[in-house]
Amino acid sequence: MAAPTRKAAIVGGNRIPFARSNSRYARASNQDMLTATLDGLVARFGLQDERLGEVAAGAVLKHARDFNLTRESVLGSRLAASTPAYDVQQACGTGLEAAILVANKIALGQLESGIAGGVDTTSDAPMAINEDMRRVLLAVNSAKTVQQRLKALAGIRPGQLLPEVPRNAEPRTGLSMGEHAAITAAEWEIGREEQDELAVASHRNLAAAYDRGFFDDLVTPYLGLARDQNLRPDSSPEKLATLQPVFGKGEGATMTAGNSTPLTDGASAVLLGSDEWAAAKGLPVLAHLVDAQTAAVDYVHGGEGLLMAPVHAVPVLLARNGLTLQDFDFYEVHEAFASTVLATLKAWEDPAYCKDTLGLDTPLGAIDRSKLNVNGSSLAAGHPFAATGGRIVATLAKLLHEAGPGKRGLISICAAGGQGVVAILES
Amino acid sequence: MNDWYRNFANSGVGTTITRQLGLPRPAVLRRYEPGQPLLPGPAVVGSAAAGRLADRLTALLQDAGVPVQSLGTADGPEDGERPAAVLLDATGLTGPADLAGVHAFLAPAVKRLRPSGRVLVLADPPAEAATPAQAAARQALDGLVRSVAKELRGGSTANLVLVPAGAEEALAAPVRFFLSGRSAYVDGQQVTVSAPVAPAVQDEERPLTGKVAVVTGAARGIGAAIARVLARDGAHVVAVDVPAAGQALAGIANEVGGAALQLDITAADAASRLVEHLRERRYAGVGPGVDIVVHNAGITRDKLLVNMDADRWNTVMTVNLQAQLDLTQALLDADGLLRPAARVVCVSSQSGIAGNRGQTNYAASKAGVIGMVRAWAPEFAGRGATINAVAPGFIVTEMTASMPVGTREVGARLNSLQQGGLPVDVAETIAWLAQPASGGVNGQVVRVCGQSLLGA
Ligand SMILES: NC(=O)c1ccc[n+]([C@@H]2O[C@H](COP(=O)([O-])OP(=O)(O)OC[C@H]3O[C@@H](n4cnc5c(N)ncnc54)[C@H](O)[C@@H]3O)[C@@H](O)[C@H]2O)c1
Repeated sequence: MAAPTRKAAIVGGNRIPFARSNSRYARASNQDMLTATLDGLVARFGLQDERLGEVAAGAVLKHARDFNLTRESVLGSRLAASTPAYDVQQACGTGLEAAILVANKIALGQLESGIAGGVDTTSDAPMAINEDMRRVLLAVNSAKTVQQRLKALAGIRPGQLLPEVPRNAEPRTGLSMGEHAAITAAEWEIGREEQDELAVASHRNLAAAYDRGFFDDLVTPYLGLARDQNLRPDSSPEKLATLQPVFGKGEGATMTAGNSTPLTDGASAVLLGSDEWAAAKGLPVLAHLVDAQTAAVDYVHGGEGLLMAPVHAVPVLLARNGLTLQDFDFYEVHEAFASTVLATLKAWEDPAYCKDTLGLDTPLGAIDRSKLNVNGSSLAAGHPFAATGGRIVATLAKLLHEAGPGKRGLISICAAGGQGVVAILES
Repeated sequence: MNDWYRNFANSGVGTTITRQLGLPRPAVLRRYEPGQPLLPGPAVVGSAAAGRLADRLTALLQDAGVPVQSLGTADGPEDGERPAAVLLDATGLTGPADLAGVHAFLAPAVKRLRPSGRVLVLADPPAEAATPAQAAARQALDGLVRSVAKELRGGSTANLVLVPAGAEEALAAPVRFFLSGRSAYVDGQQVTVSAPVAPAVQDEERPLTGKVAVVTGAARGIGAAIARVLARDGAHVVAVDVPAAGQALAGIANEVGGAALQLDITAADAASRLVEHLRERRYAGVGPGVDIVVHNAGITRDKLLVNMDADRWNTVMTVNLQAQLDLTQALLDADGLLRPAARVVCVSSQSGIAGNRGQTNYAASKAGVIGMVRAWAPEFAGRGATINAVAPGFIVTEMTASMPVGTREVGARLNSLQQGGLPVDVAETIAWLAQPASGGVNGQVVRVCGQSLLGA
């Protein structure tokens, strides 16, 4: 007989404001940011010297020296050094996947408490020596005699001295994520105007949430930054309309820097625990993580869009929980690009797609757009890849808590490699 | 923060130079450290008339492990250890003639006082005197103590505690405070005790054990020092500051093993959010509630009155006064959240007593705090709680560090101790008022100003 399970409680979260690439956090490493984020969480919940069940976190862009990033961050934090930690990586799904991992262990009774998090820097991104150079140096290293060594070194050419800078590109297609998204946007005929409108709503909602103090217990300032640097409270459709497209080609190109997320630096963390643990610590329970699902699509040969995997994951999750897409009070759909969110919603409304591609008799249908990303999302906040999941989980949990018991929220996050991570939270 | 002048004046060369030039020679003050004895030497206890407190004082000192030199005669022992404190029971005076006894006792005793010594006079309140002559004698002590404070050197202080009939039980906490290093920068002051609402015994090493304390403006300066001292004394600290100060706030919370609450105390829903936070969290392993509230957050927006815009006026009034009123009222109204023996301490300022050029808004707000505390004291006593104000003088913080050197150096010396106070001095006074044993100190305004010349 399977052991009875319980639902993991989300106690709260913390993140540092997200900064634009090569700006305020240019000198901060992933470890610096993750440590500061953990310390902010520790301060918020009085967890100094506490031995938690585990900390699971990760980064998408990682230096080789960061092989034990999360554990090193824990050791540098005010948590007890006896708190175990490990790194997780599932591209932009990292943060949510980490939360699911910790929540599942709590559900199984393997843990009483844990932190899930993520961090990324595009400013302090790792640079590798290029592949030719690497081969030369390996040859030098394995040379037995001085002569052999000199011979190997003589093989170095100027071009080999150029470092390899990581690109935000899919290894199997060579296309950037934006270019992939532009293909999907064209396929689903997502217009420029609706993308700009979604971007403006994101900025306005995020600004309003800051103004009403919503983030007072979710964000801790870092290096002089108190709000997300990318946030433009005065953003308007008129202003966004003036921007030139950056992804896609020719007349039909709709994706601009205004309706796509910029490269960002930042970190987030979520505190999870069993209800009993939270009660014993005198801590609140904002919501529970009810269930989660991942999916992947064949964007290389299968004709599906790179960022469409969440579209596949959600119906599976709904079916397992006996819910319809309309049974939610809040929807958090990660805004990698405005067009991604709009294509996702459109796909769920499309009878032919739902039948042929998702194998559903009836489409999932439309959602009440006033429940979508009500406190802004990645277009306004920015998207430090692995940190987005933690931002969304904590934000949604607080939203649900504010709305009262029995409210339900859906999270949908697309990730590189044609993957998607989705989850249901309930207050 | 470093007092370079004080360090210089106490160095070898500095001593010579400052002596020759007749410059002030500020002493290194005796400040409290955990584990320290109450006094570094013996105390002398004497009476001016048929006082009712001398025996109680002697017992209290012996309890605290302080050797007591009882002066049978006014001259006292010429040999033996020099006293670290001189305590005079001046209760029972009937008229000015009795003051001769005060002089006769104090003069030789004070002469032998050690550096960082303490002169503490206990007396009856003039307002309760039976005759004008008695009132005159009692009031005379006020002038006497203030003058002694000004004559003392070497970091010594003199203070006056007024003890109405029936309030004797309240004595221990103030006496301990004024003798200890906790009162290093409290000089020339007067505190009136009242019958303690709920007499309490406490662990003198960790008097705040198990208490939950909310401190506003805790991210830096005096507030950070308050958080540290309350935590050192055993309290679980909820450190509050504006969200923008969150990084420093988290640092303080983690340092003192407390919690950080990012909250602008002037937000429209600040009071309800504080109440909700305290309801939702159960700090220190007990049910929801708070024992100690320190209203420390404060701002200045200086301008001469004639040049002051409404914005400067209003923001200062809102942060420094209205927020204190609103948060306190909300806690009083939140059923049971403010625990029965609660201690509320409100930070006022010397400017609120003496006034200050360019600070009409600030001084008004800080004087308002004093009015608030006095008006609330009876209601607090009714529920077994206390509310008091602390008025810092010149305290060396980041704020004062950015003042022009001239203004700062002069400002720092305009007091009997010839130096600026430290944030920890304000914090120690607040921590004392927060003690369970301080139930007999209510509705008081304690200045932490080294007996500032301003508004004295
Ligand atoms: N430093 C002195 O010499 C001196 C003298 C007399 C009185 N005081 C009083 O002592 C108190 C502390 O002074 P300090 O020198 O440490 O000042 P400070 O400016 O260093 O610290 C004040 C703290 O209060 C916080 N604060 C301001 N507005 C707030 C708000 N709306 N909500 C929450 N927090 C807020 C600030 O962010 C800051 O961290 C103040 O009330 C001040 O008026 C100071």
